Amino acid sequence: MTELTPVLTAHWDDPEIFTLAGYQRTGGYQGLRQALELPPGDIVQMIKDSGLRGRGGAGFPAGLKWGFIPQGDDGPRYLVVNADESEPGTCKDTPLLLASPHSLIEGAVITAYAIRAERAFIYVRGEVLHVIRRLQHAIREAREAGLLGRDILGSGYDLEVVLHAGAGAYICGEETALLDSLEGYRGQPRLKPPFPAIAGLYARPTVINNVESIASVPWIVLNGADSFAGLGTERSTGFGIFSLSGHVTIPGQYEAPLGITLRELLDLAGGVRAGHKLKFWTPGGSSTPLLTDEHVDVPLDFESVGTVGSMLGTRALQIFDDTTCVVRAVLRWTEFYEHESCGKCTPCREGTYWMVRVLARLERGEGTEDELEKLLDICDNITGRAFCALGDGAAAPVTSSIQYFRDEYIEHLKGGGCPFDPAAATLFGGGSDQ
Amino acid sequence: MPLTDESLARLDLEAAEIIGRYPKSRSALMPLLYLLQAEEGYISATGIEYCAGKLGLAAAEVAAVVTFYTMYKRRPVGDYHVGVCTNSLCAIMGGDQIFAELQAHLGVGNDETTADGKIILEHVECNAACDYAPVVMVNWEFFDNMTPSSARRLVDDLREGNEVRPSRGPRRLCTWREASRILAGYPDGQATDGPAAGPASLVGLEIAKEHGWTAPEPAPREENR
Repeated sequence: MTELTPVLTAHWDDPEIFTLAGYQRTGGYQGLRQALELPPGDIVQMIKDSGLRGRGGAGFPAGLKWGFIPQGDDGPRYLVVNADESEPGTCKDTPLLLASPHSLIEGAVITAYAIRAERAFIYVRGEVLHVIRRLQHAIREAREAGLLGRDILGSGYDLEVVLHAGAGAYICGEETALLDSLEGYRGQPRLKPPFPAIAGLYARPTVINNVESIASVPWIVLNGADSFAGLGTERSTGFGIFSLSGHVTIPGQYEAPLGITLRELLDLAGGVRAGHKLKFWTPGGSSTPLLTDEHVDVPLDFESVGTVGSMLGTRALQIFDDTTCVVRAVLRWTEFYEHESCGKCTPCREGTYWMVRVLARLERGEGTEDELEKLLDICDNITGRAFCALGDGAAAPVTSSIQYFRDEYIEHLKGGGCPFDPAAATLFGGGSDQ
Repeated sequence: MPLTDESLARLDLEAAEIIGRYPKSRSALMPLLYLLQAEEGYISATGIEYCAGKLGLAAAEVAAVVTFYTMYKRRPVGDYHVGVCTNSLCAIMGGDQIFAELQAHLGVGNDETTADGKIILEHVECNAACDYAPVVMVNWEFFDNMTPSSARRLVDDLREGNEVRPSRGPRRLCTWREASRILAGYPDGQATDGPAAGPASLVGLEIAKEHGWTAPEPAPREENR
């Protein structure tokens, strides 16, 4: 039995944890005090040693990313925090920022100090107004307390943090699209290389990390790289927030070492909702290929999820039971990708458009079995051929659902429509709403 | 609509402050657009010209940005933007039914405003609250675990001017224009209202506490490397 390890979530039940006083009562900003005593390079090395991998989905080693930042010229370097949490199913950074905005700010100051950045930007999605209020408030409190601004805690280090609200574009979670957006353009991805570490914001060296990655930094500084590396698996170290949603008895946030399994998490969460069986789930958001009840014992770490053909992603565990029509779920996700495709590259722009048309026909029970091959062919023309990962993400639910549930697609065709009752899948049982 | 001299004087001061936040002025475009949306309720041709003038851009460059982002509206939207999540998980958990019933109840389609000009109804994409599905957003505040009837009550209350409280938000729901102002970087003083976390955000922590599970204590004092 893997035990939960509340770190980032440890004090969310304190009603004042979002204030500076509340955060400091729990030991907040001690990591920063300790970090400012160390040479910046030592902090980069500590994060490398901890094995911390990016918590925004891609899992790139954070310390390595920081180490790519060239030092030595007089020009500016930047830290950009990706708080544009928008991947369907992903709902961890939003509660983190609502409850504990100072943990992000503390991590951001340490990170910026480690890479010798003079300015940090927090790019937060616009659709979470109260999170934005909390961040604005926390930044002001931190500045007034000398934790931001000039000569932080008497260290001689200066850092300004700017909060920047997005405006409703999923693609801006892609790091280079985020940079274009932050520069005041349409958020479209850039060709890589050069990577942001070399030419990022305003073509200057830039580290971009997810909220949860940055918020994990103070704990690592305080407790040591080895403590972090001692949690999780050998190559997927540390703790992370697992978000259970959908047809599960107790949906919510569960912070655990990487490598915990869905079976263990479901046990803690009271199982799939009463009277039903697990049908399919996403390990890390809709862009990670679907898994089924065969996969409940797969350790939820970067490597193990990869070996079963999916990705750990953001640990957004969307649980669907046997009342759910997989064709309907996949159509909705595909409509999402079509809507959010930025239009820059043809495979994604055209591919997502046509996949929606074909899937909608299939859901209505129209069309022929050949159209499943057509869908797979379109996916083949998107995967690895699109400008950024959005295209690959769009293909993932389609290909994986056909892999595991081809019969269900065919059932739609044979029966001339969807065999499922959508009311049975709802939280309130369709008509039984008072 | 033309901006009055009085509002222009204030906007000029605020625009200068917003531009001053960034190393390069063009980065100020998104918050400037929110500022104009707060002023006029939407992004008008006047608003586009204003931002273009402040940043030394062509109006077409500004319009290209406005049309890329869904949170900027190009026509008046009323006081309350009601967004029903119909991405797969919320849709299946009941968002589809909620959205259909609200359309019938309000007599509007997607992205349409009610006749009294109070509410614009829109289906929205995943709003990062899946553990509270089905979710409805009003002016980008969370209304968690909604049902068709609680959603109908919500919009009725909004139209009748009754007090409405977000599940995880401030006591007072702000208007669409006030929300845009916060997005431009001007807080409304309500940050400390509302809970630190909603119930679903705490379930793992509560289980850990019941079992006495904690993260490992600071490694035995061998100083951090």
